[in-house]
Amino acid sequence: MIVERACIAGALILAAMASAHAQLRGTGDLGIVIERATGSVRIVDTSARAQIGRVQNLGDLSHASAVYSRDGRYAYVFGRDGGLSKVDLLQARIEHRIMQAGNSIGGAISQDGRIVAAQNYTPGGVKLFSAATLELLADIPATYGDSGQRAKVVGLADAPGQRFVFSLFEAGEIWLLDASDPRQPRIEKFPAGLQPYDGLVTPDGRWYVAGLYGEDGFALLDLWHPGNGVRRILQGYRQGEEKLPVYKMPHLRGWAVAGRRAFVPAIGRHEVLMLDTETWEAGGRIAVAGQPVFVVARPDARQVWVSFAFPDNGKVQVIDTETAEVIRTLEPGRAVLHMEFTPRGEAVWISARDDDRVMVYDTATLEPVAQIAADKPSGIFFSARAARIGF
Amino acid sequence: MRRRHMNKWILEFGLAMLIWAATASASDTIEIPGAGRQQELIDLLRQDCGACHGLYLTGGLGPALRPQDLRGKPDESLSEVILRGRPGTPMPGWQAFITRSEAGWMVNTLRKGLPDDR
Repeated sequence: MIVERACIAGALILAAMASAHAQLRGTGDLGIVIERATGSVRIVDTSARAQIGRVQNLGDLSHASAVYSRDGRYAYVFGRDGGLSKVDLLQARIEHRIMQAGNSIGGAISQDGRIVAAQNYTPGGVKLFSAATLELLADIPATYGDSGQRAKVVGLADAPGQRFVFSLFEAGEIWLLDASDPRQPRIEKFPAGLQPYDGLVTPDGRWYVAGLYGEDGFALLDLWHPGNGVRRILQGYRQGEEKLPVYKMPHLRGWAVAGRRAFVPAIGRHEVLMLDTETWEAGGRIAVAGQPVFVVARPDARQVWVSFAFPDNGKVQVIDTETAEVIRTLEPGRAVLHMEFTPRGEAVWISARDDDRVMVYDTATLEPVAQIAADKPSGIFFSARAARIGF
Repeated sequence: MRRRHMNKWILEFGLAMLIWAATASASDTIEIPGAGRQQELIDLLRQDCGACHGLYLTGGLGPALRPQDLRGKPDESLSEVILRGRPGTPMPGWQAFITRSEAGWMVNTLRKGLPDDR
């Protein structure tokens, strides 16, 4: 009798454990942290401020980035070695994985969530895949010039109308790709300027902006009226100033817009540039602690957070967008590589590669509130990106 | 008198040799950095150079830097690129952080392949 009771109790506990394991939950507060040296990602819960899973065998994740399926369940992780992995956040496992190029740096997902696009350095070009199966839909080589050279593709982003926009580093061009028929994409090409190094689509989906390394300025394309061509903005912002060596290329995605004002990393200067997004005229500069890499706005745009290139990469500065002043300098750890805000911005997660940790800051008090261990963490990508244009 | 003159000569010769040795070691030969500094330079190669050349130096915005990629390129010009950068490309000069001798050691290290390389 006692034994029987014990057996029933045991069975009940097992059943309870099994159902707890298969507990229903959403993914809106989940995300991933890339561990660049070990080819793994940690799945994190931004409500619990904790790790809930880990996925390994994702290849070379140096310069890895990720986009999300529109249901927020799957992260598409782009590896440097050309690996593209579809990671299930809920089951902490790889759903599909392919090797799609020799050297890749990122990707984008279409407006309708059906197409994943990868941007590749080798062979230079863009490939389109089915978001469901990772089946190849189209291969678009980034050829330019008379002898069919291929350019490295940078700054790929999605745009409204089932389009993708990207830049060709060596060719100095911006290509606008219409993937309405993903197996027969249509391409329009625009001259952009010397050596575009990254690009972004503004949060409203209207503008594509490419940063130029080879000249002073940015290239702007109006996605409502692409026929008007590329316009050069912030031209000559480095004129008359000594050019400093650039120890790390700035990243433009995460472009901070507060009201009419956008905050942009100056290349090779210890400055954040401001510009008016109505007129696209320069609107002043803010001196900061180093060469900015990421300049990202808190979702309500009241603050802009700035991370830096070597040798100032142990610092993060917070700018008040109302006064355009640096209000705090933080030291989250050695070699800060990335910052990601929670969906409504009460917290920001910051990876410190050389301290093997992710620091979580309260954005109201600017104090650290949690710390998550991670092996050489780099990019942090929360599932809220699923619903953002240009991410 | 004669002896004093001789001593002075020896002293001057000795000083000249010391100066020669010091300048030679700074420009012509490669000093092996201390163990701590070696690790810093390897981390720099892997992480900071790796930002553009790839964590495994398989290339990125910058070219690949594996032993087979550097074959046929003279030491001196590779050191020069590390220190002064390559104009017209995004490659910056690192001379604010690295001595000429350390750049030479980095080139040797790249030729052998970084430790714990796949």
